[in-house]
Amino acid sequence: MADTGAEVPRLAGGPAGWVSILIPAALFAWFAQFLGPVAAGEVLLIGFDWVPSLDIRLEMMVDGLSLTFALLITGIGTLVTLYSTSYLGAHPEYPRFVLYLMAFMVGMLGLVLSDNLIALFVFWEVTTISSYLLIGFTSDSAKSRRSALQALLVTGTGGLALLAGMILLGQAAGTFSLSEILTMGDAIRGHAHYDAILVLFLAGAFTKSAQFPFHFWLPNAMAAPTPVSAYLHSATMVKGGVYLMARMTPTLGGTEPWFWALIIAGGFTTVFASVLSIRQTDIKQVLAYTTLMALGALTLFIGVGTSAAIKAAMVFLVVHSFYKAALFLMIGIVDHEAGTREVGDLRGLALKMPVTFFAGALAAISMAGIPPFFGFIGKEFLYDAGLEAETARIWITGTIFAASVLMFVAAGIAVARPFLGKLPERFKDTHEGPWTMWMGPFLLGALSLFFGIYPDIPEVWMVGPATDAVYGSDVDVDLYLFHGINAAFILSMITFAVGLVLYLAHQRLRDGLARIIAANPIKFDPGWDRTLDGLRAIAEWQTRHLQSGILTRYIFITFATFAVAMAVTLWWQDVLNFRLDVANELEGLLFKHWAVLLFITAGAILAALTRSRMTAIAALGVVGIGVALIFIMFSAPDVAITQLLVETLVVVLVAVAMLKLPHLHVRTAEPHRPHHALLAVAVGTVTTLVMVAVLQGNLDLRLTEYFNETAYYEAYGSNIVNVILVDFRALDTFGEIAVVVIAALSAYALLRGTRYGTIREDGEALRDTVDDAVLPDPAARSADGEGRA
Amino acid sequence: MSWILATPIIIPFATAVLAFLFRHGPEGRWLSVLGSAGLLVSSIILMLTVLDEGVIAAQMGQWPAPFGITLAADLLSAVMVVITGITGLAIAIYALADVEQRKEQLGYHALYQVLLAGVCGAFLTGDLFNLYVWFEVMLISSFGLLILGGTRAQLDGGIRYVTLNLISTILFLSGVGLLYGMTGTLNMADLHGAVQEVDNPGLLVVVAVMFMIAFGVKAAVFPLFFWLPASYHTPAISVSAIFAGLLTKVGVYSLIRTFTLIFTTDIAYTHTILLWVAGLTMVTGVLGAAAMNDFRRILSFHIVSQIGYMVLGLALFTPLALVGAVFYLVHHIIVKANLFLVAGVARRIAGSTELGQIGGLYKTAPLLALLFLIPAFSLAGFPPLSGFWAKFLLIKAALEEGGYIIAGVALAVGLLTIFSMTKIWGYAFWKPHPAGLEPRLSRLSARDRAALLTPIAALAVLTCIIGLFPEPFVQFATRAAEQLLDPQTYVQTVLAAAPEAGQ
Repeated sequence: MADTGAEVPRLAGGPAGWVSILIPAALFAWFAQFLGPVAAGEVLLIGFDWVPSLDIRLEMMVDGLSLTFALLITGIGTLVTLYSTSYLGAHPEYPRFVLYLMAFMVGMLGLVLSDNLIALFVFWEVTTISSYLLIGFTSDSAKSRRSALQALLVTGTGGLALLAGMILLGQAAGTFSLSEILTMGDAIRGHAHYDAILVLFLAGAFTKSAQFPFHFWLPNAMAAPTPVSAYLHSATMVKGGVYLMARMTPTLGGTEPWFWALIIAGGFTTVFASVLSIRQTDIKQVLAYTTLMALGALTLFIGVGTSAAIKAAMVFLVVHSFYKAALFLMIGIVDHEAGTREVGDLRGLALKMPVTFFAGALAAISMAGIPPFFGFIGKEFLYDAGLEAETARIWITGTIFAASVLMFVAAGIAVARPFLGKLPERFKDTHEGPWTMWMGPFLLGALSLFFGIYPDIPEVWMVGPATDAVYGSDVDVDLYLFHGINAAFILSMITFAVGLVLYLAHQRLRDGLARIIAANPIKFDPGWDRTLDGLRAIAEWQTRHLQSGILTRYIFITFATFAVAMAVTLWWQDVLNFRLDVANELEGLLFKHWAVLLFITAGAILAALTRSRMTAIAALGVVGIGVALIFIMFSAPDVAITQLLVETLVVVLVAVAMLKLPHLHVRTAEPHRPHHALLAVAVGTVTTLVMVAVLQGNLDLRLTEYFNETAYYEAYGSNIVNVILVDFRALDTFGEIAVVVIAALSAYALLRGTRYGTIREDGEALRDTVDDAVLPDPAARSADGEGRA
Repeated sequence: MSWILATPIIIPFATAVLAFLFRHGPEGRWLSVLGSAGLLVSSIILMLTVLDEGVIAAQMGQWPAPFGITLAADLLSAVMVVITGITGLAIAIYALADVEQRKEQLGYHALYQVLLAGVCGAFLTGDLFNLYVWFEVMLISSFGLLILGGTRAQLDGGIRYVTLNLISTILFLSGVGLLYGMTGTLNMADLHGAVQEVDNPGLLVVVAVMFMIAFGVKAAVFPLFFWLPASYHTPAISVSAIFAGLLTKVGVYSLIRTFTLIFTTDIAYTHTILLWVAGLTMVTGVLGAAAMNDFRRILSFHIVSQIGYMVLGLALFTPLALVGAVFYLVHHIIVKANLFLVAGVARRIAGSTELGQIGGLYKTAPLLALLFLIPAFSLAGFPPLSGFWAKFLLIKAALEEGGYIIAGVALAVGLLTIFSMTKIWGYAFWKPHPAGLEPRLSRLSARDRAALLTPIAALAVLTCIIGLFPEPFVQFATRAAEQLLDPQTYVQTVLAAAPEAGQ
């Protein structure tokens, strides 16, 4: 398998194509070396510290389970990338495709090999991102974009839950290392956080492996190019969740909640998906739903958790990867050559595409579970395990029976329909696909047969060690084709009989199903759209109210926050527990103080009451000057000058900005004015209360005394304030000078700049003004607009 | 070596003066680049010094603390200054191709440099009133930058910006006055001891809340963030980018500084408020982003939401949480500034930042698509990029403290961040251009391409480095958090720094 590409000198796709084949092939060869040691029961740990301060290592744990996955990922990866050179090699974005595919493969390998939970999560998310980019590969299509987002958000949600679960598990175990965590199952199962950890892990696994009710993203993900569907959404990524459940079985498995969660979700997904698969007319969709079914069955059997069930799950995992990847690739060739995947259109292509047909037939027979194919063994083991289960035996066996029957039908739809029968006129010139494309399905189909005849090989090298790893102790795995005439065998025979009947009647069945499904009010995919619409509606509602675009409201909220926070804190901290001697306080005021006080108060009241913006600004200027006067009275003329300058600048800027506004009218509606007055009083009150409270304490005069002592003798200045300004706190003064200069510069720029803006000589000015609505909603537009005043 | 503390303030100021004098020629913009490079170099020297000597302090004017003004740098201050140097240089280069000549002639580069000086001053000062002064320097220079060009949208955004920020200024100044009234000192290290001895500890909490609101406006937390989404989408891209990267982070820095050094007398009260604020900020910010349909507006709301994460780190007040907060600050500045820079290039070649009016960038500008994906996915918290580690640290810290709800909120907000970020990707990059345009980077001149893409690529590489090799950054953040939680060294260094050792 490793050197399939090496014999041909020229390959569509160029160097990117070569690289894409050689990397997985080399990795496959590299992983193959571990087969011996792992089959002998060894667990290899290879790695190094990544973020030691957070206990995160990049370390491979190679055991039966991870090695089986790694070989499937790289082996099927090689075949898929070879296939892609012909399928997409001529596409202008092919190099990007290869990049994403390689990123995905690295992610997937890391996922199954990581010994460290957090590293596992990192790779988990890498597969999520690369899957997003691959599903959206046909970026022109709105459907692709929607499917990509859906997959990203559904698996992303699970991913975040998983992260929380991993952190909790790491806390409970005291380490993030899986190889250690796997040995402390009892402690974890008895931990107070076990239920939470379980729910969070399963949220991650169920979304990734598309278990009901998170299944809907997977059929939509078929918008991706076919090699992607074959690789990610059938053979590898969607099994990430299955991997996680299998991996965590020794730690999280074996409890009641685990059992019921897995067998209900898995069982329901199995039946639900296999019924829906019959409903489809696009063969790729038929296969997509049977993938769902397989994932459900795997979940179900991991949940059952007996050694027989784990064994069955591991066999079926390998079986399914082979035939499903082969069938996806096959339908891709048909689509590529015949231009359609509709089951109603395709007929009689067997003679036109003999190799593809042959390869597809091998895979389909395995899928249908017919001896002597590997699929038959898989099915027998599932039946055996189901019949042996102690709890919910009927549910499990019944589920698997229904699924096996429908798989039989689906296999027929996928291969018998398109290839058998009379060739329609339109496919007269259809011909076989290139060898690069049929090689993959052919090899996988052939292996399905080979492993069926020689089951010892997968038993010793893959299924056996994988089962041991999941079950946590040595399990006697003995794969054989013929079990004898037992219950499982009889069930198999019934399966074939029922399957054949249903296959022959499947068109009528499909129409009947279509009617039932149409009548069913619960639809997940439209429900998804409604969820997103609802989310957007909430977001817009919130934002319209919060970011209303009305400055007075912003100011109101800001001051209200201040007033409430201060009032609550004053009360909560019980600060106002002192007595105030008002008469004594007022005695010290001189006439000039009263005058300035009056001046400021008058300015403030005028500003509050006037209807003219200009008067208001001027009145505020009066307040500012009043404050400057206070500075002067209390011997701080320098500060007063700064105050005057800044005050003036603000007045000028505000005035200029107001002149630019379209209408000069008072926006504050009458009904709001009492609120504003109330708020103003509240802010004034809390501020005064705090100030008075502070004044109750004694002022620590260390600084004043130091300045008194040193101003003259060390700083050589007789005016202490001056010395403070230019020496003790010169840096402040420097900053304030900068403020004044920049203020002047800004005013200059503003006045010069607005002249340009009025002329609107640049397009940007126009555009910024025109489309300056916060929200697209026309109803919001009137209220909004950081852009309208 | 303590003179090095003043250089990150002096260099941009000097550059500002020169850039203003040469504002009519091409020298002005090159001076700005040169000055920013100088700032970066000095910040690196500062960082090396702090790494080597621990906390360093210098008394301005040689007056001993607490009587004069002290500049001080611990690891947090040092890293903030370094990151200011990095983004400052990146955006100064970007501005070579972004800022029109007429804005340069109105003093763009001088305003820009003064802004950098103000930011560095705020990070380095050890004096509460001096911090206020740097806030004013920042406010006035950022306002100048915001309205430069004078379009109506800019003025309108500018008014909202300056009005709401002035409220913050008033509260800050009142708070400083009240705190001085209670303790008789302005030196932050001195305050650390003085607040333990106030007559009325409850009143101190009241004043702490006042500072919380003042800095909360600056940091753009709920419900005080209105000024940010109202103004950040209006000015030149370079201005948006430097604002997005640095301005709110000065607010967060100030919160962290004061609520680890001074206001720790009633953590159960103050930091519980901060926890609520953090959660609500995350949620409202990300919902705002989900509601927007403009490249820059989405990014602006993302800033708000991300501030929530940083405040969360402070609110939890455990060593790991503060590690997360510091890591988040650094990661966020790089990523967020970069996203705005990408938005600018997208506008140049696709014609708008309005998502409905652009598209097709993925097909015909793949390099830009890659350069967007890195910071975008990093911001959304995907591993193995920097944002993942930031989020991981905070969520781990929250879960360790039993803060299951806030951890859940943080995770859910992460999902919504992905949702709103993919909106940009889906509309601006994947979707075909509605006017059938094929936006290509080759539409830019070679010179513009170099000036615009070099800083973007450099910041993206930095994001990847932090993401792939987080260990040294985590270790650094751990040391910084240790200094914050145990400020004894800081206090002693500031109060003991002999005047002779200054300047």
